[in-house]
Amino acid sequence: MKFRVERDVLADAVTWTARTLPTRPPVPVLAGVRLEADAEGTLTLSTFDYEVSARSQVAAEVDEPGRVLVSGRLLAEISRSLPAKPVDVSLEGTKVIITCGASRFTLLTMPVDDYPSLPDMPERSGSIDGDAFAQAISQVTIAAGRDETLPLLTGVRVEIEGEKLTLLATDRYRLAMREVSWNPSSPSVSQVALVRARTLSDVARSLSSTGSVEIALGDGADIIGFEAGGRRTTSLLVDGEYPPVRRLFPEQTTTHTVTSTAQLIEAAKRVALVAERNTPIRLSFTDGQVVLEAGQGDDAQASEALESTLVGEPITTAFNPQYLLDGLAALNTEFCRLSFTHASKPAVMTGQDSIDGADHAEEFRYLLMPIRFAS
Amino acid sequence: MSRGPRSEAANRDWGADDSGTPILHVDMDAFFAAVELIDRPELRGRPVIVGGQHRGVVLSATYEARAAGVHSAMPMSRARALCPQAIVISPDHRRYRDVSREVMRILGEVTPVIEPLSIDEAFLDVSGARRRVGPPTVIAERIRERIARELHVIASVGIASTKFVAKLASSHAKPDGMLLIPHEATIPFLHALPVGALWGVGERTQETLARLAIHTVADLAHTPPPALYRLVGAASGQRLLDLAWGRDPRAVEPVRQEKSIGHEQTFFTDLTDLADLSAVLLDQSHRCAARLRAAELVTSGVSIKVRLADFTTLTRSHPLDAATDVAHDIYMAARSLLAGMTLPPGGVRLLGVRCDALSDSATTAVQATLDDPGTERRDAERTMDVVRARYGASALTAGSLIGTPATAKGKSDIS
Repeated sequence: MKFRVERDVLADAVTWTARTLPTRPPVPVLAGVRLEADAEGTLTLSTFDYEVSARSQVAAEVDEPGRVLVSGRLLAEISRSLPAKPVDVSLEGTKVIITCGASRFTLLTMPVDDYPSLPDMPERSGSIDGDAFAQAISQVTIAAGRDETLPLLTGVRVEIEGEKLTLLATDRYRLAMREVSWNPSSPSVSQVALVRARTLSDVARSLSSTGSVEIALGDGADIIGFEAGGRRTTSLLVDGEYPPVRRLFPEQTTTHTVTSTAQLIEAAKRVALVAERNTPIRLSFTDGQVVLEAGQGDDAQASEALESTLVGEPITTAFNPQYLLDGLAALNTEFCRLSFTHASKPAVMTGQDSIDGADHAEEFRYLLMPIRFAS
Repeated sequence: MSRGPRSEAANRDWGADDSGTPILHVDMDAFFAAVELIDRPELRGRPVIVGGQHRGVVLSATYEARAAGVHSAMPMSRARALCPQAIVISPDHRRYRDVSREVMRILGEVTPVIEPLSIDEAFLDVSGARRRVGPPTVIAERIRERIARELHVIASVGIASTKFVAKLASSHAKPDGMLLIPHEATIPFLHALPVGALWGVGERTQETLARLAIHTVADLAHTPPPALYRLVGAASGQRLLDLAWGRDPRAVEPVRQEKSIGHEQTFFTDLTDLADLSAVLLDQSHRCAARLRAAELVTSGVSIKVRLADFTTLTRSHPLDAATDVAHDIYMAARSLLAGMTLPPGGVRLLGVRCDALSDSATTAVQATLDDPGTERRDAERTMDVVRARYGASALTAGSLIGTPATAKGKSDIS
């Protein structure tokens, strides 16, 4: 095997492909990245740890086709630190020689025949604009659980229904739901999957900048695949029945408030400074204003009043400051609408760009459970 | 609010010798209602009931409402029927706790030997305060005067040589009074009371005792012990006789801040059935939760202790997602801990539940889950507390515990 490739192209491809490699693999070969150069001038890099697979293809000048398995971590570090010159890679005996300008590295190879084959990509379900997908993912993954003892909740539920793709995530304390339109392969497609939130975040980070992202879910497959710009990744789905969380959204609300998102974020951050761990930030909405408060008794206290529009009865509630800020940061709209049924029941956060709510958008909804006191 | 049988005849001057009576029982009059009247003085002199607006029970009532027959733990619907003109106020437990804390602070300035029994009553042993402040009657008057002046609520005080008699004295002193039972007058005072005044003598026991024509404490005190034991059992019989003769050696025990609350039980025969063990855990969870609520604490961690037939002792603990004082939550955590253990076929000799990571329920914030069922369970268990306080611990229990080994197959320890 012998090929030449641009340093930046190699570094990007290796870094992305090797990004999910385990630090302590159960089998040594799983720490490797497989390089495969073919006569058509394509270099394919692959990794697989039985859960997540990654494959990227770049153009290379191939002198001799062939394939090798080398340490992914080491190859990634080397390629990132090489000078900006063409890189020559060749197999000599059982070693891989990398030369770039005046630098020369010799790497041991691992038995490439022992490397597991990557899973096939499921059937293509459709495609979505990379930026829109990345935004939707970032809006829902904030609410996904991080507790690995509840694996179900570390997932994001992906629902595909014709031209609508819905993402849902909850850690039991808040629930984020985002609907986004996409281009299905068939207008009648109807599929659901539970995908680990970190897999989706990774897709948003590494695949969305290249225009359109292909999503492959297949029917009854146990993996999901994503492909964009010559990169393809698959991931095992999370097993289990996702709870019917949509019904947690109230059918109707009795009070709603509209506040400047940026002002509310700023004020909440300031007031939250005195909220000790597990203690809430209190919000009292009255006609024309909201007062934020935190701290109690002998502890440090803070309060701040903001302009806010109230429709309905005045209401006072309390939230975990971080959960409130997570939702506000995900809105991406000028104004934040909080809708209530009761101070002790979940509140719905939605966004709108005008204060009168003519453009009130419900494609992103964030349901937030208040904090109460034990007695 | 005190509902024990009282005798008008017993509320008289029993003498002024307070040299042998260092025990004070301070009991607030209609406490929750009285606190409400602080902010709403226009309601003074009118019947006021504190309790759930719709389905709840009466938590407290002013003497004007009591005159109509209203008493605590009575269903609100019945109270409204008895006293339709009463003003009903929803309870504000935080406010009651604040005032209670102030009351306890005033008591704490008299003596550190103070044993709070609940939010509105406490025992004091003023032996050590005699030289600094004065004799018990002077101390009691000062306490009553300070509480009335500074907090605008009323305390009645019983003064006696033992806790039991002091408590009886305070109930006879109400409302707004003070009653000294000199040491020498203890037995005459007790013997003037109906037998229902004794701790542990409820309606059922009264009926039983009536078969031997025992109607007063004096009757009981003069019943030959063997006859009494045959009727109510040796242990209760002995205890009743001790009380009837004023023998109550319990000292006033200042409570320390509890670090954990637990119940454990050793079985007469080792238990092997998971359902039996779960029933024990449920019973213990209820006991722990009731004590947490009484102490106004919540727990954030549950552990279980399992001793096997060969005396191997295993403990498992689990932090709770949200602080609680609800038996259901404690039980769910305890049961999942038990389910996670592999128990040998030899069975379990001892089982216990412990709640730790305790904190003040008034100031502990709880991030509820989106599917939070609300406070229904807690309200139900609080109502159980009220019923049990009136009719005894066995009056009400979880349906699944009726006739289970939890109450029948072993001896219990609390800690």
